[in-house]
Amino acid sequence: MHKKTRKIFDPSIVVPAAWDSLKKLDPRHQLKNPVMFVVEVGSVLTTALWLHSLGGHGEASPAFILAVSLWLWFTVIFANFSEAMAEGRGKAQAANLRKARKDTPAKKLTSAAAASQSSGNGSKGWSYEKVSASQLRKDDVLLVEAGDDVPMDGEVIEGVASVNESAITGESAPVIRESGGDRSAVTGGTTVLSDWLVMRVTCNPGETFLDRMIAMVEGAKRQKTPNEIALNILLALLTIIFLFATVTLLPFSIYSVNAAGHGIPITVTVLVALLVCLIPTTIGGLLPAIGIAGMDRMIQANVIAMSGRAVEAAGDVDMLLLDKTGTITLGNREAVDFCQTDGIPPAGLADAAQIASLSDETPEGRSIVVLAKDKYNIRERDVHKLGASFIPFTAQTRMSGVDLADGRRIRKGAAEAVEAYVTSNGGSFPLIVRDTVERIAKGGGTPLVVADRDKVLGVVHLKDIVKGGIKERFSELRKMGIKTVMITGDNPLTAAAIAAEAGVDDFLAQATPETKLNLIRKSQAGGRLVAMTGDGTNDAPALAQADVAVAMNTGTQAAKEAGNMVDLDSNPTKLIEIVEIGKQLLITRGALTTFSVANDVSKYFAIIPAAFATTYPALKVLNIMHLATPNSAILSAVIFNAAIIMVLIPLALKGVKYRAVGASRLLRDHFLIYGFGGLLAPFVGIKLIDMVLVALHLA
Amino acid sequence: MNTNNLIQCLFYLLAMLAVTKPLGWYIAKVYEGEAPWLGRVFGGFEKFLYRICGVDSKEEMNWKIYAKAVMVFSTVSVLALYFLQRIQNLLPLNPTAMTPVAPDLAWNTAMSFTTNTDWQSYGGETTMSYLTQMCGMVVQNFASAAVGMAVMVALIRGMRAVKGKTIGNFWVDLCRGVLYILLPISVILAVVFVSQGIPQTFKTSQTVTLVQPTKDSNGKMVTEQVIATGPVASQLSIKQIGTNGGGYFNVNSAHPYENPSPLTMFLELFWVLAIPSALCYTFGKMLGDTRQGWVLWAAMTLIFIPCVWLAVHSEQAGNPAFTNMGVDQTYSATQSGGNMEGKDVRAGIATSAFWGTAVTATSNGSVVSMHDSYTPLGGLVPLVLIKLGEVIYGGVGCGIYGVMVFVIIAVFMAGLMVGRTPEYMGKKIEAYEVKMASVAALIPSFFILFGTAISLLVKPGLAGLANSGAHGLSEALYAFASAGGNNGSAFAGLTASTPFWDTMMGLTIFAGRFWVIIPVLAIAGSLAQKKVHPASPGTLPTHTPLFVVFLACTIVIVGALTFFPAWSLGPVVEHFLMIGA
Repeated sequence: MHKKTRKIFDPSIVVPAAWDSLKKLDPRHQLKNPVMFVVEVGSVLTTALWLHSLGGHGEASPAFILAVSLWLWFTVIFANFSEAMAEGRGKAQAANLRKARKDTPAKKLTSAAAASQSSGNGSKGWSYEKVSASQLRKDDVLLVEAGDDVPMDGEVIEGVASVNESAITGESAPVIRESGGDRSAVTGGTTVLSDWLVMRVTCNPGETFLDRMIAMVEGAKRQKTPNEIALNILLALLTIIFLFATVTLLPFSIYSVNAAGHGIPITVTVLVALLVCLIPTTIGGLLPAIGIAGMDRMIQANVIAMSGRAVEAAGDVDMLLLDKTGTITLGNREAVDFCQTDGIPPAGLADAAQIASLSDETPEGRSIVVLAKDKYNIRERDVHKLGASFIPFTAQTRMSGVDLADGRRIRKGAAEAVEAYVTSNGGSFPLIVRDTVERIAKGGGTPLVVADRDKVLGVVHLKDIVKGGIKERFSELRKMGIKTVMITGDNPLTAAAIAAEAGVDDFLAQATPETKLNLIRKSQAGGRLVAMTGDGTNDAPALAQADVAVAMNTGTQAAKEAGNMVDLDSNPTKLIEIVEIGKQLLITRGALTTFSVANDVSKYFAIIPAAFATTYPALKVLNIMHLATPNSAILSAVIFNAAIIMVLIPLALKGVKYRAVGASRLLRDHFLIYGFGGLLAPFVGIKLIDMVLVALHLA
Repeated sequence: MNTNNLIQCLFYLLAMLAVTKPLGWYIAKVYEGEAPWLGRVFGGFEKFLYRICGVDSKEEMNWKIYAKAVMVFSTVSVLALYFLQRIQNLLPLNPTAMTPVAPDLAWNTAMSFTTNTDWQSYGGETTMSYLTQMCGMVVQNFASAAVGMAVMVALIRGMRAVKGKTIGNFWVDLCRGVLYILLPISVILAVVFVSQGIPQTFKTSQTVTLVQPTKDSNGKMVTEQVIATGPVASQLSIKQIGTNGGGYFNVNSAHPYENPSPLTMFLELFWVLAIPSALCYTFGKMLGDTRQGWVLWAAMTLIFIPCVWLAVHSEQAGNPAFTNMGVDQTYSATQSGGNMEGKDVRAGIATSAFWGTAVTATSNGSVVSMHDSYTPLGGLVPLVLIKLGEVIYGGVGCGIYGVMVFVIIAVFMAGLMVGRTPEYMGKKIEAYEVKMASVAALIPSFFILFGTAISLLVKPGLAGLANSGAHGLSEALYAFASAGGNNGSAFAGLTASTPFWDTMMGLTIFAGRFWVIIPVLAIAGSLAQKKVHPASPGTLPTHTPLFVVFLACTIVIVGALTFFPAWSLGPVVEHFLMIGA
């Protein structure tokens, strides 16, 4: 796998991000984020107050107003910086992708040639015109030969070729693309290494997979996701409530001054400082960055999400549909036992099975050879000396085997096929073999019956090999509250056995596209959010129905269109990682919101006694941090409020680490860290800043 | 807090705890359409009522129709109560010849009683005729309480519906709430009250000769006293049960005719808390998971107990300024000690402070002692509780639907922290719910804060304040908080029956009631349409002690800290000034 990890503060990202954070001061940009917009308005207001104070009639000393004003500006800039950093990481990724999108010349077949392309006489002699890729339209038919770049996304309609897709996937090993079946999709920007392809263009310029990927990673098409919108409303609520509280504090203060007969009313500068400290600037400032970083983490996992919504939904998934083959089991079966019938010399079955498998290059065949060697110490023999001629597997006979010079006719295959073979040679199929076959099938294995002419030698027990560590993974998923369902074409008996061995919660046997779709619909109606992976065209309906649908990059165009994510590594186990990334995104938002809200407590203790120091000196009892002066107290709170955004940028970009423990544990841990931590941290931070300010004689 | 205080407080708390489950179970049954025992007695009458009112009891309403029904009913109630006061001189049962109530006061009172606020800018015995008290105040005491419970039940139905559209029938909920819950309890309680000597009569007020003649402020001899009376017991019982709190007499439950014996003291205080506490259980029961109800109860109690402690402790501690003057404020066998200003010696420190805390935690607002005379921190407690939005048990029904605003905020943060789109009771909390919860939180706060601010800046506002300085600010803040939270208790000291205060308070009361009810019903309607997601180990557990703590923290930080700056200029600074003095 090709992981792109990037340092958080990579200079090539930090420098442009610093510039961007200034450009983002544009109020039109800030308006999208109500919390930070309020801070910006506060910054402008205090700047105006500072200019006014220069005339000598200000409400406080110009130096103090300037200091507050500057730190408010920093608050906005720091928030912008976090967003720019997250975008910068996406842009760097997009730049790599864009290199693949060059305006390649395309060989567009003339309509006559396209019509006759079914003649099958190779690529030679077809007439085509060279056009630029940007002029291609949907349904144009192109010829792509060895060494050419594939100009657009399309579907192979003729030919087989090896294609280098590293520009998209980062995987350098070439893949085979051919017409028909599940390997017919080609992607623009990839290169044909050998042979040729005739392809039909499936989209117009600007809509290609590559274009969409670039748009996604750049965040150009970024829309707020549903949960982000809801959180924004909550933050706006807190902002407005605190706006009410601080705005009305001015009349309260005026009344109090009149009543107490001394002191001066709270200054607008202090009110703005109080407001900015109380509104949830930490989460408000970091929220866009968290969302972009979530997408970025997907990209680093080599998954392209077609929308931020899909990433968010991944966190909510509570049911995973996993294909058995390739996800839960290794793709191949393996021989694990030889079950001989009576009256066969020891190792007779193993010997015959090994000979029959010598030129069988399938993994199953290889595993028989290996098992015979391991178990009976039967060495591989020279095929030529035996005078063997191999009978390959065909769909008609459903057997393969070998005819030997000594007259032996060894066949191996499914029970029914071998039975037919044996009876046709005048033999009979012993009852004990039938029992063995049934026993193996019941246990989830595949029985492979071996016979010599009319005599059944025994049964080779082939077994699906469950991937190492997958069981632990599923139990982790269970702890996360996610139900796993294995999808397989096997019969229910076999499926149940493998399901038990792999530790999945449920299985769907003899699955067809329809049963898959029905299962998803039924589960969704019961309130579940379903995630699945798929690659074939027949997976498309189920992919379209699933809430999180990950299409394999090796899959068909139809599958990719139906899914809302594409896994460039085409690794079905990736689903688990995707769910974790989704959860991480939501956790980061929740943790920083809680932190932000909990922060408020300490800021009250810093600002309130300072704000009313002249009216009610008695309130200094509330100054439990013993901050030096009213000005240093207010300034320390404002500086802490700005600095904490900077401090938390790495957390926002990397995300809060997700651990597969139950929700109760997660809540407890995060409540302690971000709730109580958020309560205590500012007390320490504000005190430290105050000490520094005093040491530097700044306040 | 001395042992005596502790025993009294524990006694009330345990009594509340004991009644929570059985009463909550009964109320749940009533709204599920069963009404054990009483269904057989009143069932026919209930059907008869629907028939003459043309109500189809099987009809299910969506949230908009339900909200419309609430608004229509409340508007008609306001108008009826307004005109009843305006023409009471023309109507019977007016033995003391009361004149029509002034328009601004009538509007304020009508608004206040139909919203379960029961803020009183008037003295009952000197303003209202018997008919107005009985057909105006008492009727609205029942109706407004039943409306509150109806809205709560509608919300519960929305939460448990699966892809549904309707949330019940308002007229049925209203009728059943009165018929099977409020009426039976209040009839029994009224009879007990009468047995304790609380008047229930149509006789006019009694003029008696004073045993000990006295002189008035002009030096004239006073030999006679007019003792007000009337149908008191019937009003008193529903006033306590339905978290109304509007007294028959001006001094409310501090009046000997409203609270003559230790038994009435206990029953009145007990019933302040009984239904609000029981509704927590009802909530869980109707949702099919009583743990969820106990969580709300536990979070509320977690806030309530420290408040009780602070109030009782502050009052018992008394005023250090007096100690310096050589006044003995210590507790002993012969005196309660502490700050007894504005308190009845019969009630003493613990009951008075517990009462003050309980009636502001729930939105009852009846008084047995004058909150204005509390020590600063003792007075801060009612202020804080009112400001939380009347959600610590809260008003009947309003407490539960009010606390849902905080539950939504808490669930939102906690839900995200476990890595899921927030869910409560299997329903996803999304933008719409957060938006509506925000409306419900914002609009009352707006009226309270800006109402107070305006009152402190303009002459007609300042004219109403009895005290200046920090205490005056507390008075104004308390009044608006009481109106916005639909509590109705007064800090006292404030002269509220002026056109300025009547109007401002009326508006705040309206916002505090209907700008919570409408968004809450909208949330109910939206939740009803959603799927229910089955719980799994990945779901945020909302039935654990941890969530109780999280919810309590959310209520305190989001609800209370908003007002911390204002409080610090009121009771908080007053406290420091007092102990510094």
